[in-house]
Amino acid sequence: MSALSAPPVPLSRRVLPYAMLSPAVLVTLAIVFLPMIQAVWMSLHDYVLFRPRVFDFVWFKNFQTALADPVFWISLRHTVLWIVITVPAQMLLGLATALLLNQEFPWRGLARALVIIPWALPSVVIALMWVWIYDSNYGVLNDLLLRMNLITTSIPWLANPDTALYAIILTLTWQGFPFFAVMILAGLQGIPKSYYEAAAIDGASSFRQFWHITLPGLAGVLMTATLLRIIWVANSIDVIFVMTGGGPGYSTYTLPLYAFINARTGLDYGYGSALAVSFTLVLLGFVILYLRRAGRNIG
Amino acid sequence: MVRNRSVVRRILTIDLPVILILCFTLSPYLWMALTSITEKSRLFTEGPSIAGATLENYVRLFGTVGFGRNLFDSFVVAGGTMIVGLGLAVPAAYAFSRFRFRGRRLLMLQFLLINMFPLVLLILPLFILMRSLGLVDTYLALIIANSTVAIPFSVWMMTSYIDNIPRSLDEAAMTDGCTRFGALFRVVLPLCTPGIIATGVYIFITAWNEYLYALTLGGRSVKPITVAIQTLIGEYQIEWGLLTAGGIVGAMPATLLFLFVQKRLIAGMTQGAVKG
Repeated sequence: MSALSAPPVPLSRRVLPYAMLSPAVLVTLAIVFLPMIQAVWMSLHDYVLFRPRVFDFVWFKNFQTALADPVFWISLRHTVLWIVITVPAQMLLGLATALLLNQEFPWRGLARALVIIPWALPSVVIALMWVWIYDSNYGVLNDLLLRMNLITTSIPWLANPDTALYAIILTLTWQGFPFFAVMILAGLQGIPKSYYEAAAIDGASSFRQFWHITLPGLAGVLMTATLLRIIWVANSIDVIFVMTGGGPGYSTYTLPLYAFINARTGLDYGYGSALAVSFTLVLLGFVILYLRRAGRNIG
Repeated sequence: MVRNRSVVRRILTIDLPVILILCFTLSPYLWMALTSITEKSRLFTEGPSIAGATLENYVRLFGTVGFGRNLFDSFVVAGGTMIVGLGLAVPAAYAFSRFRFRGRRLLMLQFLLINMFPLVLLILPLFILMRSLGLVDTYLALIIANSTVAIPFSVWMMTSYIDNIPRSLDEAAMTDGCTRFGALFRVVLPLCTPGIIATGVYIFITAWNEYLYALTLGGRSVKPITVAIQTLIGEYQIEWGLLTAGGIVGAMPATLLFLFVQKRLIAGMTQGAVKG
């Protein structure tokens, strides 16, 4: 098909899509891209909110400060731990849930509706509810463990620097695994039943069916969902902020939380922006991977 | 006999594990509900229990603490974000779905990219921006902030809903003499009403649940429910009964709405991922 043989497209038809898109594009330019550029710009300046007159261009001084800042490295380490534990835990629990909910049983519809509830709850409510569960004096977790004789004295889960991060990771796993379950369930329904029937006729055990049919069939969904979750889990700071505020000490600081706290309590918007920009750069690899996968699907 | 055995087997391998997972999922929520109806004097002596259930925490929440006002704030912010999000996303999604034009792919990816930006990168400049515009602590500031999330997400979700409506339908309407806008309003929009509702509910829930923007850009005269719940801690030295009652009330609208549109919402959310 050459351009000559195609009928000419009327001007109105060529302009129309852009006209329909422009409100959304212009608004996002104004409220997302401009602020983002401003964040990068701020990160190159000395900018503390209680000294509003000072806005000196300092090149990469804030980034150099970050590299020499022990809290930056602690936060980065926690960010990695946070992702490396939370995302696989969510995935495994989500996979198990999806496989179960894909079976036939009488109350399947109800179970599917109930399992996703954590997803719809506000993070603040989730955080407070788990703070109450973890409470060292009246918390139900300590109560249960004491009654089962698994521990001899109450453990202050969130006040102990050794357990605080892991306690929050459990909370986030609880919050996020239904998302995986729902995604994987949709993926399972896309695998043709005939594959399993053929495998059963050939005498393949259910484990072999899982390994050779289910897992390869889910590979795409698992990959996409994992990338999405890595980005989401890395970004999510509201649960940590409410549960511990980063403490005790720096034991639950992650990089975005450090940036947020720095700007919020220290009012140091220059350094806070530099931390936020560094964090974005760390995350960028995953974002690009995800965009490439999604880009392939645009027809 | 064989039938009975298979039922027992099913219960052991399916029903029981599902019940365990549901326990894990629901028990924190139920525990919170139970705490909220336990009498204050009993809570720290006997622990939460159903015996002698009371609604005093809820009465205090709306009476003394004034939670009604916070619910209203959340409602305005979430409703406003929903209107802005849908108003901008529906035409954009229609253009993405029905036209092939230069830059389409790039623009679509652009909306996806926005969704991946760390909130912390946006929250600092947005605060500076709102402060210079004098918008801090207004509904508008929170609606704008929530729109940064709502617009890109709903563009993608609406595009996938409109993609599912066959093009032949609007083409048929246009050969029958409808203009393009006529086809949009008489054919496409009515057919994707369920999709619009699901997307709207999704925006509403996300904006309702949002906390960090509300804390940073609001807080005094505009105080959404999430911020109000959190401040209960400071003001009342962790009164768990009151706090859990606040949690239940704060989570209720989003949870109910969610259960209402669940099926369609999940279909829209998972579609993109399954294709990947």
